[in-house]
Amino acid sequence: MEQIITSVLTRTLIAGTPLLLGTVGEIISERGGVMNLGVEGMMAVGAVSGFAVTYTTGNPWLGLAFSMICGALFALIHAFVSISLRANQVVSGLALSMLGLGISGLWGKPYIGKPLAIKMEAVNLPYLRDIPYIGEIFFRQDPYFYLSIILGAGAWFFLYRTKLGIVVRSTGENPRAAETQGINVHLVQYLCVMAGGAFAGLAGSHLSIAYSKSWIEGLTAGRGWIVIALTIFSMWDPKRAFTGAYVFGGIFVLQYLLQPLGISPNFLAMLPYLTTLAVLVFYGLSLEGHRKMHAPAHLGEPYKRGER
Amino acid sequence: MRKINDLEMRGITKSFHGFYANKDINLKISSGEVLGLLGENGAGKTTLMNILYGLYRPDAGEIIINGEDARIKNPKDSMRAGIGMIHQHFMLVQNHTVAENIALGLDDVPFFFPDNYIRKKISGFSQRFDMKIDPDKKIWELSAGEQQRVEILKALFLEADLLIMDEPTSVLTPQESKDLFGIIRKMADDGHSIILISHKLDEIMEICSRVAVIRKGITVGGADIGDVDKKELARMMVGRDVDLRFDKVPLERGERVLEVKELFVNGDRGNTAVNGLSFSVYRNEVFGIAGVSGNGQRELVEAITGLRRSSSGEIILEDDAITNKSARVVNTRGITHVPEERIKFGIVPNLFIYENAILKKHHSKPFSRLMFLDYDLIKNHTENIVERYNISTPSINVPIKSLSGGNIQKLIIGREIESKPALLVASHPTYGLDIGATEYIRRQILARREEGGGVLLVSEDLEELFEICDRIAVIFKGEFMGILKAGDADIKDIGLMMTGSLKLPVQEAE
Repeated sequence: MEQIITSVLTRTLIAGTPLLLGTVGEIISERGGVMNLGVEGMMAVGAVSGFAVTYTTGNPWLGLAFSMICGALFALIHAFVSISLRANQVVSGLALSMLGLGISGLWGKPYIGKPLAIKMEAVNLPYLRDIPYIGEIFFRQDPYFYLSIILGAGAWFFLYRTKLGIVVRSTGENPRAAETQGINVHLVQYLCVMAGGAFAGLAGSHLSIAYSKSWIEGLTAGRGWIVIALTIFSMWDPKRAFTGAYVFGGIFVLQYLLQPLGISPNFLAMLPYLTTLAVLVFYGLSLEGHRKMHAPAHLGEPYKRGER
Repeated sequence: MRKINDLEMRGITKSFHGFYANKDINLKISSGEVLGLLGENGAGKTTLMNILYGLYRPDAGEIIINGEDARIKNPKDSMRAGIGMIHQHFMLVQNHTVAENIALGLDDVPFFFPDNYIRKKISGFSQRFDMKIDPDKKIWELSAGEQQRVEILKALFLEADLLIMDEPTSVLTPQESKDLFGIIRKMADDGHSIILISHKLDEIMEICSRVAVIRKGITVGGADIGDVDKKELARMMVGRDVDLRFDKVPLERGERVLEVKELFVNGDRGNTAVNGLSFSVYRNEVFGIAGVSGNGQRELVEAITGLRRSSSGEIILEDDAITNKSARVVNTRGITHVPEERIKFGIVPNLFIYENAILKKHHSKPFSRLMFLDYDLIKNHTENIVERYNISTPSINVPIKSLSGGNIQKLIIGREIESKPALLVASHPTYGLDIGATEYIRRQILARREEGGGVLLVSEDLEELFEICDRIAVIFKGEFMGILKAGDADIKDIGLMMTGSLKLPVQEAE
């Protein structure tokens, strides 16, 4: 029994890692005022690019770095269309998702079914790994896990405890006020969207080079959409993103746990998405006013310089 | 060391699409002066100040600071030169704290933990100019007066020596205005110079040492404040003699049109915005509601006009209960509405003027028959309104958004009054309008009163309430702090009641 529990918790953290990374990235983007529904596509691009580089060079760290670059560059499309051209952010984001899934399918064709020879190995932290239970759950994870914790906490610190964080949040709340204070609103938004892309790319490569260690089409399996829901669930605060990501990670793990009990696998596969819907409905109904207070006030609206 | 001892704008000219907003304007201000910049809306005051602040580049003319040509190309340049601007609509991030708002534009703030630095520095300013402010409060928790202080602090942190204030008292209570004037005086004594944009003559007379008047983009006059009086200033500003007093015909009030009983209404956040109000409005009467906005006025008006459900209580229009009836039913029954946000709720900006002129009546006879609109009749009707209500427009066949704010409001007033409603509900009907349009709209409201209609007027402008109301109720946190007769109300009492410091027993049926 003990073994099952520690194993479930360990796997919950693993499953939660890409969700955490993606959510933190989307939070940064939306805090700057740009909604990016292209997370699913950016994750897919990150997953396949990370896998391709790792496969050819044999260096997973190179794959990790490359997936972030690809994610950021891919997000640049959304930034250009929605910030410079002021197109509807929902439409542009949805298009980015479709495009990303398409590109990743095309790019990944040659890699289907090929296992990685060298993958991202788990790192055992000295001393800490020997703490009973806790060591096993927290300190024998792969580097992505530690990275996600550092990045998540760092993002919170950046947003709420630094000057630049104030600039980013002000841009999402009231870009006009930011501009009268001498801030280049569009530049800030471009950087935020690209940071969001880099995080999503990182989340994607976690799936391909640390989690499943292989590439198949549709590897992201809707995690990008869960990220969108988690961003709302977190009320745009990286602190709450941790809770959300691991709860949903737990639901992914639950699928495998409940299957032997005779529950239909089709139903279990639906579980994360049902939960997503339930969370959105719950928030929509009960916390409408509360939520409004936390969403960046200018989220989703293109900003035009010098216009009243 | 002062950055600005004296500043001069010379020969400033700026045109938009061949139309001169500013033409050869000269302006001068020295350290320690409070200069009033007086003019109607559209006279070019704000354009001139935006040029000074670097938001616009002038076509010709120069800005000279301490005898040297200051090259101001953008707001950063002007901030560096020591110019600060406080916009009429505050440029603040509502969900952020005071400290965060101040830190936003400062270059010398430490990267980590910027709030701490602000917190340390803020108390110095607070003491010097006698303004208290809590750096950790969120902006939305502050009153308008406190928010304005944050804007002043922002400018002080940027070491502004010249402060431009665009209609600073338009959102303040009388007490808050007094406090603001105190701060302005202290700043002037300290060697700052202040340019105050306003069209309120009383204010200019009270606080300014000198005044410059512009009309249609041209400087029409300037004087030391001791040498002019209100009447003269008004004539300079408008270009003709203005009646500052309204002759309100004394009328016996008629029968009751609206009765509100124990009304409770919830606000957007689920809070109780209207907290058990009871009152009546009669024919031949203007019933005014004074108060700082956000004290339940919007919710009350929306409940009466059918735009928001009340949680309990009754609203009765001439013996008919209209509580929680739809807006269309309420409108048909005889309540018309001049809404607070006129662009958002009063018109459809992209529709033509004649289409806007029949909104709320578009579905019924005579304008519509069997789904089809009778355009001849509609245009005729619109021409009538345009003529009768002095709306200046090239044609009725243009989208209404191309009209000025004053003309849009005249059309709305015309549309709402034409059907001779039992009750006219008007929210902030003259907010942001110039003196000419304001005078006109107030006259229309009084005309409706004389014709036998009841008027419910919500306003923050006490001068307006005193001029046209018969009774004034003061609302604070969803409750009436008292209902006064306009004739024997004291402006000081109303100021106290607006902030909840004074409550009189409410006698109904008076």
